[in-house]
Amino acid sequence: MQACTECDTHRGDSMIHLEFIDRARSTQTVPVVCMHCEQPTCAEVCPADAIKRSGDGIVQSARKPRCIACGNCVVACPFGVPEVYEDRQIMMKCDMCYDRTSVGKKPMCATVCPSQALFFGTRDQIAQLRPRSAPVNQFQFGRQTISTRVFMMMPADTVTSRPYVDVTAAMAEQPRQRAIRLEPVSADPFAEVEV
Amino acid sequence: MATIPVDPLKIIEQFGPHRSAPSGLRLSTSTEPERLVKTHCCFCGQQCGLQLKVRDNQVIGFEPWEDFPFNRGMLCPKGVKRYLQGAHPDRLTMALRRDQTSPHGFSSMPYDDAIARVSSEIARIQQTYGHSAMGVLSGASLTTEKTYLMGKFARVCLRTPYIDYNGRLCMVSAGAANKKAFGIDRTTNPWSDMVGTDVIWIAGSNVAECSPITTNYVWQARELGARIIVQDPRITPVARTCDLYLPVKPGRDAALFAGVLQVMIEHDWLDHDFIDTWTVGFEDVAAYCRQWPVARTAEVTGVPERSIRQAAEWWGTAKTSFLFHARGIEHHSNGVQNALGTINLVLATGRIGKPKSGYGTITGQANGQGGREHGQKCDQLPGWRDISNPDHRRHIAAIWDIDEKDLPGPGVDAYELFRKIDAGEIKGLLSICFNPKVSLPDNTFITRALEKLEFYTAIDFFLNDTARHADIVLQGRVIKINKAVDPPGEARQDWRIIQDIARTLGRPHGFTFTSPREVFEELRRASKGGVADYSGITYEKIEQQMGVFWPCYSDDPQTGQPVDHAGTPRLFERGSYNPVARGSGPFYFADGKARFNVADHRPAVDDVSEEYPLFLTTGRVVSQFLSGTQTRRIGPLVQQYPEPRIEMHPRLAEKLGIGDGDWATAETRRGAITLRAMVVTTIRPDTIFIPYHWPGDKSANRLTVAAQDPISKIPQYKVCGCRVGKADRAPGYAAMLEPQQ
Repeated sequence: MQACTECDTHRGDSMIHLEFIDRARSTQTVPVVCMHCEQPTCAEVCPADAIKRSGDGIVQSARKPRCIACGNCVVACPFGVPEVYEDRQIMMKCDMCYDRTSVGKKPMCATVCPSQALFFGTRDQIAQLRPRSAPVNQFQFGRQTISTRVFMMMPADTVTSRPYVDVTAAMAEQPRQRAIRLEPVSADPFAEVEV
Repeated sequence: MATIPVDPLKIIEQFGPHRSAPSGLRLSTSTEPERLVKTHCCFCGQQCGLQLKVRDNQVIGFEPWEDFPFNRGMLCPKGVKRYLQGAHPDRLTMALRRDQTSPHGFSSMPYDDAIARVSSEIARIQQTYGHSAMGVLSGASLTTEKTYLMGKFARVCLRTPYIDYNGRLCMVSAGAANKKAFGIDRTTNPWSDMVGTDVIWIAGSNVAECSPITTNYVWQARELGARIIVQDPRITPVARTCDLYLPVKPGRDAALFAGVLQVMIEHDWLDHDFIDTWTVGFEDVAAYCRQWPVARTAEVTGVPERSIRQAAEWWGTAKTSFLFHARGIEHHSNGVQNALGTINLVLATGRIGKPKSGYGTITGQANGQGGREHGQKCDQLPGWRDISNPDHRRHIAAIWDIDEKDLPGPGVDAYELFRKIDAGEIKGLLSICFNPKVSLPDNTFITRALEKLEFYTAIDFFLNDTARHADIVLQGRVIKINKAVDPPGEARQDWRIIQDIARTLGRPHGFTFTSPREVFEELRRASKGGVADYSGITYEKIEQQMGVFWPCYSDDPQTGQPVDHAGTPRLFERGSYNPVARGSGPFYFADGKARFNVADHRPAVDDVSEEYPLFLTTGRVVSQFLSGTQTRRIGPLVQQYPEPRIEMHPRLAEKLGIGDGDWATAETRRGAITLRAMVVTTIRPDTIFIPYHWPGDKSANRLTVAAQDPISKIPQYKVCGCRVGKADRAPGYAAMLEPQQ
């Protein structure tokens, strides 16, 4: 997020979001980048036709001459990505660092990410780096299925039975203290500690 | 008397810390940089490569440096935003003198006059009280050339034994333990050996926040099947997804290692061939471990029995493994023993000196290692030589062209140096790149000691919290390893300031270098033949290889013939030659064997008691660094974690009637501070955590105890007894100070 604000097209503003899921219960954080939908809901609801998807599948930030800052896209985006900047009367969002990726560089966030939770590369590369995970780009929101250009890595064994992420169901889940493969010592590692 | 000249609020008004935000060229999206300067982040010990965008002698932004092998473009928030400290409004551009008549406590003065004043005061103090009445405190964020120069300056120019450095707060426990066990003080393997190993044991290291780039190495290892064991009183971001979490009580680490080794011994999960052939002292350690059956270990450490057994099984039966630790087990009055406990686990399995198998410590500061190898640690001379060893003294005296008798003996550690100031033995102090008023434990004492100084000179590029006590402040400059821009105003490069003082004192001999490269060339000669041998390292080789692992020889130690040596990425490989063992074995002792050392558990000083029933432990957050002299001035980093908070478990909070965000007071035998509570389930319910980057009424080190390890002299930052209560009102500073102040 700090690196995103250093981009040459929107310096000072981060186009990606970084949230603690529930800091009271876990240190888990999640970065939110634009998922670059194949049929972008933001563009579909835009009354001014200001949001374009380029030939390589990247959903662009709103076009200045067209955007009327109505905020339809903000409300409609299932991933919560776009934001309207009231001072400039425009919506801006992650465009996968179009200035960088269009000249063969990686997006800023995925370049600097110290845990490589954000990764930019080919399917072959990620298959080698994460042999026990599989990329998924189908997301289920109630009855709406969304396909995206950005993939999430899921445990390989769960993907064969359920090759999509059920976002609505996941919203009811509690944040997890630990990860999947874990053989937990106990649900609460501090259960035996007296206060 | 080095007292603060005026109300600190007045000083802050002028000298900050103020927050910098990108502006001007740094916000422009249409300005192309004139050039990209390849350099390194100036903060933690990871020293990530990055590129600075420069235009009009100004750093205007950063660009990742993806070719640099260690971090391959990756950076943490500090690395991304570090460029904002260049051209910072708080940056000192003129020398300052204390001036009570000035509204902000200091007036600027011409650089030459400041140097003259410093020199005449040093001369006066040394004539009146002797050479040893001057003390020097140096920093581990300095370049190796500067640390070498500081060591030489104290011994040759000032002729005082009293120099030490803030690396004393960092890696010295690990260094001392490595010296006892291996005969050499260096992490044994390159980080790349982590990827592909079976088990990684992380003992007391909040990797994701304190050395973020290491996260990818750990997680990449896990992706390829490694099991991760984390030992920490907090569920740190890396602990959250580890395979086995060991929730150790602060100050019980050596007991845990002994208990785990005892289980390994009982199950014979040992490499007897390795132990018999390449080590000494296993029997004594095994005898000690018998005192630590698993039930007692669990009771003392707070780690459940089944977790101790599981750790022993995974560690004992692995084929390859990597263990590393950091301040979590080192910042203890038992720090060296804790580190030795980990080394015993490594030696018992023989998994060292091989690909995918090793051991290491993560240094916390940019140059903790180089700083002590080349002579700013009170008992060491360049090349990791011993200041008490007659041969070593003669070698260095010859390089420095002085009589060996004129070379002072060992001095004292940084904290003891303040005790000597308090006792009136040291009257004058010169500090560079060190902010002890924030970073040393029980810092109320530090303030009192500072006030007793007759003359205090601080060299820094910001007026840090300690420098507010100074008589003269000389405006130093960050060495950017590769210089990016020229220093502002009358600011001078640190090495020039030191040489100017030497010249004005009339003691210029040995301080006539004209460039850092010349310093480095002398350092190469000085280190030659020492354990930390840099003789084969050149600036060109560093650039070409993107880093060199010492020892790196100019002459082959086996044949004495000149050699083009690439360095030594992995230590202790079987069959390797080193100048101490001379072929008898891979370790740096005459017999070539490593040493097991009984790693004794001793209770912490000022441990929990009825009166102070909670553990206090301290540490860092990802967006701040050390005493915050730099990072508390960078706006976006301040925003990420503005002010210190007291982390506590909801069960403790409930018992105390404290809610998330409430003001709470933490109190120890040294003092009390009031901060907002942060109620989280990710910490032991009998423990609170406070990050230490802030000064004054927000300073965690007002609470910590000045107990030190008897061998390494590292302070016991990671544990002391404390109590917490809900505060009935907001503290006074809340209405007066900005979060970073």
